Amino acid sequence: MDIGKFLQYIASGTAYTLGVVCVALPAGLIFGVIFAIIFVYGGKLLGRFMQFYSTVMRGIPPIVLLFILYFIMSGNINLSPFWAGSISLGIISSAYQMEIVRGAIQSVSGGQMMAARAIGMSKMQAIRYIILPQTLRLAIPPWSNEAAIVIKDSSLVYALGVPEILRRAQLISASTQQPFLAYITAAVIYFLLVFITNRLLDRLENRLRIPSNP
Amino acid sequence: MTNTILTVKNLTKKYGRNIVFENISLNVNEGDTIVIIGPSGTGKSTLLRCINLLTKPDAGQIWLDEQEITAKDTDEDQVRQHIGMVFQNFLLFNHLTALENVKLGLLRVKKLDKDAAEAKAMQELERVGLSDRANHYPGQLSGGQQQRVAIARALAMDPRVMLFDEPTSALDPELIGEVLEVMRNLALSGMTMLVVTHEMGFAREVADRIVFMEKGSIVEEGSPDELFYRPKFERTREFLWKITELYGKKEKEA
Amino acid sequence: MQDWATLLKRFFSEFMVGAGVTLELTAVGLAIGLVLGLGLALARAYGPFWLRSLAIGYIELFRGTPLLVQLFLIYYGLPSLGITLSQSLSAYLALGFNSAAYQAEYLRGAIISIGDSQMTAGRAIGLSRWQTIRFIILPQALRLVIPAWSNEPISLLKTTAVVFLIAVQDLMAKAKRAATITYNPIGSYIAVAVIYLVMVFVLNAFLKWLERKARIPGFEMDAHKA
Repeated sequence: MDIGKFLQYIASGTAYTLGVVCVALPAGLIFGVIFAIIFVYGGKLLGRFMQFYSTVMRGIPPIVLLFILYFIMSGNINLSPFWAGSISLGIISSAYQMEIVRGAIQSVSGGQMMAARAIGMSKMQAIRYIILPQTLRLAIPPWSNEAAIVIKDSSLVYALGVPEILRRAQLISASTQQPFLAYITAAVIYFLLVFITNRLLDRLENRLRIPSNP
Repeated sequence: MTNTILTVKNLTKKYGRNIVFENISLNVNEGDTIVIIGPSGTGKSTLLRCINLLTKPDAGQIWLDEQEITAKDTDEDQVRQHIGMVFQNFLLFNHLTALENVKLGLLRVKKLDKDAAEAKAMQELERVGLSDRANHYPGQLSGGQQQRVAIARALAMDPRVMLFDEPTSALDPELIGEVLEVMRNLALSGMTMLVVTHEMGFAREVADRIVFMEKGSIVEEGSPDELFYRPKFERTREFLWKITELYGKKEKEA
Repeated sequence: MQDWATLLKRFFSEFMVGAGVTLELTAVGLAIGLVLGLGLALARAYGPFWLRSLAIGYIELFRGTPLLVQLFLIYYGLPSLGITLSQSLSAYLALGFNSAAYQAEYLRGAIISIGDSQMTAGRAIGLSRWQTIRFIILPQALRLVIPAWSNEPISLLKTTAVVFLIAVQDLMAKAKRAATITYNPIGSYIAVAVIYLVMVFVLNAFLKWLERKARIPGFEMDAHKA
């Protein structure tokens, strides 16, 4: 098999990998932000519940959670492994993203909330116009890290049969007896994905930086 | 006949068993500038924060004009539109320019349209002398400039009364003057103000009344002349001595 | 849900064996990672340009690619180059090499924190560079790094769960077996999830204890520097 077809076969798995990431990461973000807001502003009982959720979801290996969620989902709804896997990864990521956003919210000083209330804003308005804009900027570096993790964890859905990069590498290594080359190729593609994502987020962070002359 | 804008009656605040202040009563008339002085930690800041309902008092009542704002079903957000507050640490919104800081309340709380909000915001910035810094971020402004923007932000809401919580305590000495100047002009223009400060010069020149608080209660209250030259209580005289010495000014007793 | 408790009871001894393997994988991976990671950290902190670059390259590669790919590369890929390793050895190496990249960053942060001043002090009393590193800087760095570093054992414990995909008989492998026998995948994996949670909890408690013991009063690293 010529090298071109070889590379192309593995590379076409990138579409699936990106697909998984593009479902999991945003899902994790939306729920992570909601959970973080509930944690910080939702009162004692809800706060405790969110803490419990976070501890459990982050204390179990992602692959175990992936399997549990996958079997629960495919048992009850007719979902393809791609969707079941992506959504599961999203749920897992939401716990980690909740911690990131929570940390960022809490490092925006409490004084900002006080100043917002002092001009007559409601709590919700303060969160929306004052706290979150500052939080999101603070959260970019750790979030960049989480994005890299989700890209790498997307390889776990290989075990569910999704034809993403790793699965393709495995299939072609079997048919061409070139496992080393296959897996190196896969590694290079993942590396590029992570590298590019991190660089883009660095750029974003610089764009959004608030000017200051110390 | 001057009307009373703010009435505080028997206000008490505790944290657990620690009494911050107890049975504080105070009347503020329209146009008054009241300066509250006293040793640190005597609850002066907490008192201010109770007045605009950022902190809930444990007992007592507060009236703003005719409305009892400590009543159960008060819309606190609404009330805070009519009470302006300036903080020791400025607390400008870091992610917004000076103009945006002042504009925000007008846009989102008072729901003005964009042009009206912008016009009014620029007006207030001019009032504090910072219209040329409208597009600067807080990180690009000096402490004194930040505090002046904070004052503009509070004034933009057209409050009935302005509360100042040690507005110059976090400033480098050479920046204090510009802020006190703005406050002086504000007082002269007839704004009703309640100021917690250590700036005795300001107190003597601008205050209509000075309130001396210590250990959670009001020791004495009166005009600047009365408190500085004819204080009724030894403690008042002691405190004023200490603090004016601290600020390098010697005062002779009458 | 799905009777995980009864499953847990039924397969308890098997699960315990699997958990033992998991802990062993964690320990070996951690140890390899520590030694290699320390080497990488020292290379980055004190090495000549080419060594620093190699270290950075290694770290970027192992942090920028999935563990699963690294694992498959070692177990399935190397044989075609003539190097055939057992499942266990492949797992140990993959976990160790991977962990080294992360530990290197923690350790480097601590070494930098201790800083040039300690190096200057050591040289000033006549110690060589190496001696200063060995007797002055490292002892402090290794104690200072513990709070930040304690993320790694826990992270590694969770990471080991994927090695069952090359048939290493860890806890996940036992879960899979239970799932096949009972036709109850959800219950099996939940049972095992509970065991992982317990292991993480205990490990966490142990690390906190270690942290307290190792703390030098008045001398803590700002968490952000790590």
